[in-house]
Amino acid sequence: MLQNLDLTKLVFGRLSWEAIPFHEPILLATFAGVVLGGIAVLGALTYFKLWGMLWRDWITSIDHKKIGIMYIILGLVMLLRGFADALMMRAQQAMAFGDNAGFLPPHHYDQVFTAHGVIMIFFVAMPLVTGLMNFVVPLQIGARDVAFPFLNNFSFWMTTFGAGLVMASLFVGEFAKTGWLAYPPLSGILFSPDVGVDYYIWSLQIAGVGTLLSGVNLLATIVKMRAPGMTMMKMPVFTWTALCTNVLIVAAFPVLTAVLALLSLDRYVGTNFFTNDLGGNAMMYVNLIWIWGHPEVYILILPAFGIFSEVVSTFSGKRLFGYASMVYATVVITILSYLVWLHHFFTMGSGASVNSFFGITTMIISIPTGAKIFNWLFTMYRGRIRFELPMMWTIGFMITFVIGGMTGVLLAVPPADFVLHNSLFLIAHFHNVIIGGVLFGMLAGITYWFPKAFGYKLDPFWGKCSFWFWIVGFWFAFMPLYILGLMGVTRRMNHFQDMSLQIWFQVAAFGAVLIALGIASFIIQLVVSFIRRESLRDTTGDPWNGRTLEWSTSSPPPAYNFAFTPRVHDNDAWSDMKARGYQRPLEGFSPIHMPKNTAAGFIIAALAAVGGFAMIWQMWLVAGIGFVAMLAAVIIHTFNYKRDYHIPTEEVVSTEDARTRLLAAHV
Amino acid sequence: MHILKNLRRSLLLLSAMLLAGCNTVLMNPSGDIANQQGRLIVVSTVLMLIIIIPVIALTVFFAWRYRQSNKEATYSPDWDHSTQLELAIWAAPLLIIIALGAITWISTHTLDPYQPLRRLDAQRAIPAEAKPLVVEVVALDWKWLFIYPEQGIATVNELAAPVDRPISFKITASSVMNSFFIPALAGQIYAMPGMETKLHAVINKPGEFEGFSANYSGAGFSGMRFKFHGLSNGDFDQWVQKVKAGKDGELTRELYQKKLEVPSEREPVRHYASVDPALYDAILNLCVDRSKMCMKEMMAIDADGGLGKPGAFNVATKQAWQADSLDSPKRKYVTAMCTTEE
Repeated sequence: MLQNLDLTKLVFGRLSWEAIPFHEPILLATFAGVVLGGIAVLGALTYFKLWGMLWRDWITSIDHKKIGIMYIILGLVMLLRGFADALMMRAQQAMAFGDNAGFLPPHHYDQVFTAHGVIMIFFVAMPLVTGLMNFVVPLQIGARDVAFPFLNNFSFWMTTFGAGLVMASLFVGEFAKTGWLAYPPLSGILFSPDVGVDYYIWSLQIAGVGTLLSGVNLLATIVKMRAPGMTMMKMPVFTWTALCTNVLIVAAFPVLTAVLALLSLDRYVGTNFFTNDLGGNAMMYVNLIWIWGHPEVYILILPAFGIFSEVVSTFSGKRLFGYASMVYATVVITILSYLVWLHHFFTMGSGASVNSFFGITTMIISIPTGAKIFNWLFTMYRGRIRFELPMMWTIGFMITFVIGGMTGVLLAVPPADFVLHNSLFLIAHFHNVIIGGVLFGMLAGITYWFPKAFGYKLDPFWGKCSFWFWIVGFWFAFMPLYILGLMGVTRRMNHFQDMSLQIWFQVAAFGAVLIALGIASFIIQLVVSFIRRESLRDTTGDPWNGRTLEWSTSSPPPAYNFAFTPRVHDNDAWSDMKARGYQRPLEGFSPIHMPKNTAAGFIIAALAAVGGFAMIWQMWLVAGIGFVAMLAAVIIHTFNYKRDYHIPTEEVVSTEDARTRLLAAHV
Repeated sequence: MHILKNLRRSLLLLSAMLLAGCNTVLMNPSGDIANQQGRLIVVSTVLMLIIIIPVIALTVFFAWRYRQSNKEATYSPDWDHSTQLELAIWAAPLLIIIALGAITWISTHTLDPYQPLRRLDAQRAIPAEAKPLVVEVVALDWKWLFIYPEQGIATVNELAAPVDRPISFKITASSVMNSFFIPALAGQIYAMPGMETKLHAVINKPGEFEGFSANYSGAGFSGMRFKFHGLSNGDFDQWVQKVKAGKDGELTRELYQKKLEVPSEREPVRHYASVDPALYDAILNLCVDRSKMCMKEMMAIDADGGLGKPGAFNVATKQAWQADSLDSPKRKYVTAMCTTEE
């Protein structure tokens, strides 16, 4: 055995120069762009001497607000990558007809649609959702941080390094060519022998640990750290949806971890869980992955529902209609989301009674969802609606999302699903609910809480441009897909024979270009707002006449969020305080106990990524060292007893006095 | 202004799309099953529009009516509850879903692809003497094999059936998952290795229809298409004769392994004049390679209580055909169980 030991192989595994895609001009150009951009950023950081600040104030920060902001930055950066994939797919499908093979061969195209799905769900939607929950939930419940601040930093870096592995697959090796859920047998070793599926497995496993831990963290935060007086039925609706989402995360993500672990066992050590031979059963994988996968879509949409609830109530200047039924609707959706997974594979030969059961449970979810829509509607009724950006996103959502909901219920009718399953109609449906629901929700949330995070509002002109480009672009991009689905066109095709379909794909590509303009407008909005920050400045801490506790502190909030823990008497706590003539306490401050920054999260997550990368390339020695180093880092961290400090009274007093002067100057 | 302009544009777009949508293959198919499925889409959509249209209209109306600049509208900032209204907003979707749920239960059972047909179309019952045409379908990388046991023929990437004769498909796959879908005929059903799915359907109009795989299966997926011909009885007999005269000869197990099982893309139509009658069963049980033990035999042993712990060691195994090129654990499969008598 020992004489066969090959050191090169132990260190480099199957990684060689062939893994670098020198022959793919698209990838080379991207790589060059990334390198140049990277050098520019690193150079700027060095030139402006920002490394220390970046390390101290951000990378090692365990402040939930900064981690929340970093999650959102991660989500937006990955949105650019995921959307670049979308543009490539739209372009390919708009041109690959008849004799024209398009510009992406199957080898490349199949990676593009897989990466698009994986990135958009795991590394765009999830970080945006987690980021907003991280930033907002402690502020909304009157807490000074989350329950486990170090864990929060670690979760963030696990998610980020997971995203890093997906990005690495662009330039080193390749990504999976299996579709975003990697169904076996196609994802098994016999049909996907190269590194693509391993990149998929390890990036999701590493990011999945982060997601699961952040779920545990936020759950504990909401259950244990609410301000006195805030009973469950006095929690803001966004916090309620965050609670339900984190229950779903904690219950669902271990299933994903387990099913991916079984798939890796099949691939690495030759077990037969999902293989064709020796009693393997691929349908077991399909069941397991959807037992995670269906709750996952509610993990994404519930916080968006929470954001819309906050926004509608704030900008209608009115209490939320039907708070209790809103809460019950959220809880019902949470429970029902576990009883519908089979609707993703009605066409795999389940019996009629099984299919009907899962079809009908799916439809039942539309009842609480419908009740929510009506609740928002009647919150607007007899309100005084201000059409600020977050409210525009919300109205755009209400009109767009109901269409997606309708086609969703349609797909839940099994005989209809037999003709619509895997068609572009399905693609149009889930983009309709994910863009029209989750993404509009996140954009509403970002524009709503941006002044709280940075102390100035976002520029409304470019925000409105972004809104109209997005919404019109969405309709142009996805309505043709509904029609194409009814024409019996299936998903994931990279070439078509029927020339009559081409016009529809060209319209869809035009829609994608409009969406690109929407994204560009959003970025311009961020830049313009930064330049104009003095005129957009929020000095009050309450720029929208808000209703919940986050608006009672300054913008941006001090490190300790609240100098005194607020007392809550109503579910619109801040509204209630304002109505009762609340006076900000100006004296009586005491030192505030806070957690201390640590580099451990970053280091452990980086070592996990090294280990993951080594496992992908079968560099057993490196993988072993990475794993041992990671364990060592964890153990060393447990001996770090300098985990907290007190903000001295003088500092609290000076921060609060500064705010008092600011408020007085702008009365 | 913006909202109105946008509304007008989307209404125009919507009507153009409705017109386009009505004339699609799913809305206007040629087989009775697909026809019922298409009608179900229309019925369900109309049912749901009863809720959706008022919601969209109310959203736009409330947004306009209660805008901040409209000081005439009532403003009640503390009004947040009305038991009657809340009962109504839960009841309205509930009623629609009860109706839709009933339709779902009934239609899922009547259109169950595993059930033999009950009618030829809305007007005609199945004639008493009618025997369904059996077609065994195999999804391969990346082509379709159709075996006609009654006629003793097989084709690749071409399917034909007589008009108004029930067809009974038995579907499996050689390697990965695909989905067998002829939109004009009936809904799809997955084709999965080592498993058999079923589909019953009938084509009511003669013509040439598109068939394809509706589940992504790898590099050659886009080209995995075939033509489905609905033929009159006479034309179908002629077609069978044509296949029997086909130049591709007999489809044996060996030919299947050499020609069909290996991945290939955009295969031309092939006609096999005859076919090994045990081939489909062997494909389904993953034992076209005669050295492999068939799955049904293995399952029969397991059903009898298995061979116990020693059985795990008394197994003759063989490497899978692709394994040599891989730098990973070698794949094995069972060839036979050894017993003491042997």
